[in-house]
Amino acid sequence: MDVSAIMIKSAVVIAYAFIGTFIGLLFLGVGRKIVARVHNRVGPPFYQGFIDVAKLLSKKTNISHGWIFDLALLFSISGILLAFAFLPVGGIKLLSTDGDAFLVLYLLAIPALGFALGAGASGNPNAGIGVMRALVMMLSYELPFVITMIALMIYYDTTSIARIVELQSVNGISSWAIFIPPFMLAAAVADMALQGMLMEQPFDIPVAPHEIASGPMVEFGGKYLGTLMLYKAISIVVETTLFVDFFLGGGVIMHGGIVANIANFIVWFVLIFIVFTLSLLINTAFPRFRIEQAFTFYWKYEAILATVALIWVYWMVI
Amino acid sequence: MRYEEWSGIARKASKRSLWMVHFCTGCGAIEMPPVMTSRYDMERFGIASMATPRQADVLLITGYLTVKTLKRVVQVYEQMQSPKYVIALGSCTMNGGMYWDSYNTIKRLDKYIPVDIYVAGCMPRPEGIMNAFLKLMKLIDEGKARGWERYKKYYERYKKNQEMAFNFVKKEEKEEEKNEGD
Repeated sequence: MDVSAIMIKSAVVIAYAFIGTFIGLLFLGVGRKIVARVHNRVGPPFYQGFIDVAKLLSKKTNISHGWIFDLALLFSISGILLAFAFLPVGGIKLLSTDGDAFLVLYLLAIPALGFALGAGASGNPNAGIGVMRALVMMLSYELPFVITMIALMIYYDTTSIARIVELQSVNGISSWAIFIPPFMLAAAVADMALQGMLMEQPFDIPVAPHEIASGPMVEFGGKYLGTLMLYKAISIVVETTLFVDFFLGGGVIMHGGIVANIANFIVWFVLIFIVFTLSLLINTAFPRFRIEQAFTFYWKYEAILATVALIWVYWMVI
Repeated sequence: MRYEEWSGIARKASKRSLWMVHFCTGCGAIEMPPVMTSRYDMERFGIASMATPRQADVLLITGYLTVKTLKRVVQVYEQMQSPKYVIALGSCTMNGGMYWDSYNTIKRLDKYIPVDIYVAGCMPRPEGIMNAFLKLMKLIDEGKARGWERYKKYYERYKKNQEMAFNFVKKEEKEEEKNEGD
């Protein structure tokens, strides 16, 4: 590839990062509105996420706790943006290569570790407890999620997310993975894993505002909290996109041409919104698990269901 | 764009996104649940309750303060990131209210930390609290809610008042110890 092609590609990736952040901030506001409507309240306006970030970034004093505290946030936000660039969005592939299903899994661990570094540097005991819980949660939800991913890889005989999306869009909606019987089970498992990834109730154990004073975020204020909110916004988009790419065909309904691209993008947007809304509705209906209950839930029941789906898929393929 | 225009935008954002940490002293805390939940729903205006002072913009003092609590309130206030605002509820924070002759409560909160808005009443109704928030939004928009700048400017004076209140308690404790010793 010559220099100009690389330049164009990186410009497109940066544009995508901005679009992802925009959608994420929109989702933060709309999500608060949805939760408010479930509570029979009016709720904030849908653009509340943008106002909050603007306010936090325009704070006059910002207290830092050393250079690790400063850099850890950049670490998180760049990790999640890189993961976003590797995911096919509405059938548009940016950096997709072979084996990127594994790569994305590793990239999704980077932000959590960055988050842990920053919270650890603040030296607050609540942050320490929150980080410990966040890492245990990561360990918990990744096992069932990885098993469902392996089931997908066996069925489609590939380790590339882009290829999985492509194979799911050959016959339109009817060839989505979620309409194949074993993957209905796998999608249910992955959706609960997604609930843990998004840190919504009943799995908001790491942040638990009334229990450990918002956990890892306890010492973040001003610009730092604003950056953290941007990270949260993008992570919503990345995690829901991961689910949509694996089970809902990445929102691809048409092939070829600009019109198809736009249509696919809109379908992708609607699908991630539906997945996010589902997770919010679960969030409003349940109280919080304790950490060992969440761990048992994922490693016992979820892992068993995921393994059943895996064996079923293996039997189908043979 | 000039600096004034930017700060105008910042004020516009700041007024629609007031995150508060409510310091539940006295009886005012019981008036907050109706303000937060579906009856009055202050999240309409972007007001949310935050877990720690680092994340918050508004400090809500909900009732009388003993001298020992004042120490913690000052710590919480100093941990908040400016621009920061203080709303004081109830007559106890203005002139001591029904605790006007108590030996261990402070009478005027304004002497120790800068208060932007007082809400009168014993206790104020939720409507009054909502009204105070709306008034605070208006003041922020006009750039008149400058309590945090006042605290910076007259820091020595505020510190002196705080020290006087704290030392008063220390002296009393010492006397008590002496009496017990006798």
